[in-house]
Amino acid sequence: MPSLDLFLQPEIFLVWTSALKTLVILGVVLTMVAYSVWAERKVSAFIQDRIGPNRVGWAGLIQPIADGVKLLLKENFVPGGVNKFFFSIAPSLAMIPAILVLAVLPFGSSLFGVPMVIANLDIGVLWVFAVSSLGVYGIVLAGWSSNSKYPFLGGIRSSSQMISYELSLGLSVVPVFMITGTLNLGEIVQYQVDNGWMVFPAWFQSGGGLLEITTDNGSMFGLNLGQSLLWIPMMVSFVIFLIAMFAETNRVPFDLPEAEQELVGGYHTEYSSMRFALFFLGEYAAMIAGAGVIVTLFLGGWSLPFIPDGSQGWFWGLVNIGTFFAKVAAIIFFFLWVRWTLPRFRFDQLMKLGWYVFFEVALLNIFLTAGILAYLQS
Amino acid sequence: MLTILFWVFSVLMLASAAAVVLFRNPVNSAMSLVLTFLALAALFVTLDAFFIGVIQVLVYAGAVMVLFLFIIMLLDLKAETRRRLNIAALAGGIAVLGGFVVLITHVVKSLPASADHFPTLARTGYSDAYDIGMTLFSDFNLPFQIIGVLLLVSTIGVVFLSRRSLR
Repeated sequence: MPSLDLFLQPEIFLVWTSALKTLVILGVVLTMVAYSVWAERKVSAFIQDRIGPNRVGWAGLIQPIADGVKLLLKENFVPGGVNKFFFSIAPSLAMIPAILVLAVLPFGSSLFGVPMVIANLDIGVLWVFAVSSLGVYGIVLAGWSSNSKYPFLGGIRSSSQMISYELSLGLSVVPVFMITGTLNLGEIVQYQVDNGWMVFPAWFQSGGGLLEITTDNGSMFGLNLGQSLLWIPMMVSFVIFLIAMFAETNRVPFDLPEAEQELVGGYHTEYSSMRFALFFLGEYAAMIAGAGVIVTLFLGGWSLPFIPDGSQGWFWGLVNIGTFFAKVAAIIFFFLWVRWTLPRFRFDQLMKLGWYVFFEVALLNIFLTAGILAYLQS
Repeated sequence: MLTILFWVFSVLMLASAAAVVLFRNPVNSAMSLVLTFLALAALFVTLDAFFIGVIQVLVYAGAVMVLFLFIIMLLDLKAETRRRLNIAALAGGIAVLGGFVVLITHVVKSLPASADHFPTLARTGYSDAYDIGMTLFSDFNLPFQIIGVLLLVSTIGVVFLSRRSLR
């Protein structure tokens, strides 16, 4: 069978497995995007004591497809006086960075010996920040090229908001790297498999625990002094990162760029049909990617305590992948829950919160982590 | 493969760098500059310098250019009107450019041909972020710390000053 051998050569194997992983992840995430729109409507309906979409399919489950068909069939109207070039590329610029972030997220341990991450970069986290910082161009250019006041205000707000919150977003995860000693997302997850999740450090490998229960396979459960001390800066990091992620993905309470009551629709006021849909989907894709990053950095990625990884058989590999997406879904539910619970911030409050609170706290948190690490090593 | 990528990204980089100067509309220029930075980052990546490539995108394309765009939009800069050709300015420009090209060819020609005359980063087998970090924190620790403190103080200074003016 020469044809099979060809597929198993290292380079060719890498190419087709990567292509397959990319297609599958793209399919899964785009489906998740469609169904998080449905979930948004269902959750908001539940919170506001309504029923929500229930006509198309059972419990409205085919609603996303109906919406998609509607948006595709609508007239793609381009208002007069817009800058045509930037007006047409802006929706894609908003969508692409969100998708690119997914390339470095480890969405599972391994399946048949193939690591479940599309690109295992040594600088994975920096890739996430670099690519997601490009997402602002879509919004800013949409606001500017529309040649209209409200979209313009939305674009301006978006650029200043993104710059302010990127700083605390980046600074808040520095303690994670200081503890794990790597920027590789896969290794950060592996650290959490061995030493407990960042927000839940309940097991460890080496001894020295305050409370410990050793299981048959040698791993220990309980509390150990170092990890309990490091849990404090980790929780600070987690909270800042989570809140900054809300600002980065333009979600309530930080959805100032599109604030319906003040700016009509913000940056996408002048858009219709599929171009509008791209902004809409881009926002949800960014939310899913952001949730994936949160899960990977703080919630142990694909790992669950007592569950082995994919090297123990394909079943556990699939369980790991399922765990990752279940955690992502839980974070998305949290995003939706917050949106329908909290009122929107005023713009000056948003800027003050970013610059006067989160920036300083994230900075102090780095020093605190460094102090604890130095104390533990001495 | 790498050679093809090098040519693709160099041509893209130089073309968009020229576009920055040639466009009349400031937003077009700014976006061309973003493209220049992205192509430059891609060139770094083809040289296995992932860290520098990604920092290039993060700092220049992701932060500095967003600020540029922000200022261009805030000041509402309109497209520059085409001015009459100024012969003296044109001659001066060509003279400076020509001088620069002559100078740089002389410098490049006088360089030793072999690559071992240039200090390279010692590769340890870890990621390039590790190598850069080790070099910065061991060989160049003091200058690095001074730059770090300077940047931190200026950031805190900006926050402090803007806070005072609010009162």
